[in-house]
Amino acid sequence: MPQTSAAETSAVAEGDTTFEIAVSTRNISKNFGDVEALNDLSLEFPLGQLTSLLGPSGCGKTTLLKIIAGLLEPTSGEVEVNGQKVTGPGPDRAFVFQDFALLPWASVIRNVAFGLELRGVARSEREAVAESYIKQVGLAGFEHAYPHELSGGMRQRVGLARALAVDAEVLLMDEPFSAVDEQTRRKFQEDLLGLVQDQKKTFIFVTHSIEEAVYVSDQVAILLPRPSRVSEIIRPSSFRGKGVDNIRRDSEYLDIVDEIWASLRRYVE
Amino acid sequence: MTLLGYRLPGMSSLIIWGLLWEVVGQSGLTFFIPPLSEVVATLFSVIGTDAFQKALAETAYAFCVGVLSAICIGIPTGILMGKNRLADELLLPWVNVFLSAPLTALVPVLMVLFGFGMRAIIITTTLFAIWIIILNARAGVKQINRSLVDMARSFGASPVDAFFKVYLWAALPEILGGIRIGIIRAVKGVIIGQLLISIVGFGALFELYAANFLMGHFWAVLIVLFALAFTISEILAYLERRVSYYAAKR
Ligand SMILES: Nc1ncnc2c1ncn2[C@@H]1O[C@H](COP(=O)(O)OP(=O)(O)O)[C@@H](O)[C@H]1O
Ligand SMILES: [Mg+2]
Repeated sequence: MPQTSAAETSAVAEGDTTFEIAVSTRNISKNFGDVEALNDLSLEFPLGQLTSLLGPSGCGKTTLLKIIAGLLEPTSGEVEVNGQKVTGPGPDRAFVFQDFALLPWASVIRNVAFGLELRGVARSEREAVAESYIKQVGLAGFEHAYPHELSGGMRQRVGLARALAVDAEVLLMDEPFSAVDEQTRRKFQEDLLGLVQDQKKTFIFVTHSIEEAVYVSDQVAILLPRPSRVSEIIRPSSFRGKGVDNIRRDSEYLDIVDEIWASLRRYVE
Repeated sequence: MTLLGYRLPGMSSLIIWGLLWEVVGQSGLTFFIPPLSEVVATLFSVIGTDAFQKALAETAYAFCVGVLSAICIGIPTGILMGKNRLADELLLPWVNVFLSAPLTALVPVLMVLFGFGMRAIIITTTLFAIWIIILNARAGVKQINRSLVDMARSFGASPVDAFFKVYLWAALPEILGGIRIGIIRAVKGVIIGQLLISIVGFGALFELYAANFLMGHFWAVLIVLFALAFTISEILAYLERRVSYYAAKR
């Protein structure tokens, strides 16, 4: 693939490590009429890592994610994925929606296979793929259930399986766990860590929860309210390898959460 | 309704009205109202006649073709209006005008344009049914969850795929509601068209009965038509209740 060489040239050095960049946004601005949602925002997303976009509601996180997805056009600036300029939605990116966005009239398996269906993959083939991802997200046995028969957490697993099934290099997740209950959310966060390890994919993860961002991310980009720009990039380093159970007690984890809160609190009335 | 403590089945009150009709008819008050028993007897003899069956067949044909065209033109138009601002602004005023317009007044114009025959009747039927079908399909598309649209786009749906795999289904409950009301209006349309044009179908039949003062026949056919229209509407209401179960779960 010709784009990999381009991607390798745009690598950033951070301390003593260098990351290959999968997605970069350059000088993105976005106006909705008079509302300036994003202003000159530049950010790079390292390959195979999870980057969180963290910020208060209304600060433009969804807007940025949709611009990366190619669902919205930036007013100015550009997005590159694997060195190629984004002009619209593409098979290299898959989206996980905050409200799941499942087809209510379709069974779980058809929902999960829907991305492949749109690509014209034959039915038996796409259902085999869908089945394996349904198993992977822990929904085996629910293949023929309908979305309204599932809990919020299970529905989001369907949304996740659908995004995984198209095997895109970049996963865009818009507050995927905000509509599920707290216990389920914690389980999701743990599973997500495993997913980032197993899958060689780049995750861009939007959240407004500081704890969640620090828990799941290799890199947290803090966005400030409108017009949104990146105020800070934090890379938690020491606790990632300590196992899912120990992270929430780790002192670096707690320090980073405090530090982020300290910088965000003045934007919260 | 209850009588002496007993619950009576749904349409028992019709019995009272039927009795009243019989009494008035027997009293010979007016030739216009023959006794119900006579009407019912006529009804069974009329149903067997060639004239009636021909009228029924012609009506059914005009009705089906009219409704099908209303559905086939109305749904895509409504979906287009729901999706496309320009189309919506161009068409919506007309749709609203025609929805509330007294379409009966248009039938003479249609006769002039399309001749005194089947064609004018079919177009009348379509005109009665189509506007509400358009409006409902439009409303159905307008309420589609924004993220469902984004989902289809982000997974690479072509416009055709998006139409057949997302929009159509997402708007289905509203579309079916529109079709139900449209069909009820089409029943009116097909009968009004025939009465005004009065050369084919029941229009011709009514013309014949009225000219020969066959009031028993007239009422018999009217009862058959009312019963047919009522049955169609009830069947549709039943189907819609089944769909709205699913709609509530969206
Ligand atoms: N389609 C739109 N039209 C007008 N304004 C919008 C639109 N989408 C988002 N906005 C505005 O842009 C800002 C950022 O929105 P959003 O990206 O959804 O924020 P977040 O996801 O961080 O909560 C908000 O003030 C919102 O009102
Ligand atoms: Mg948002």
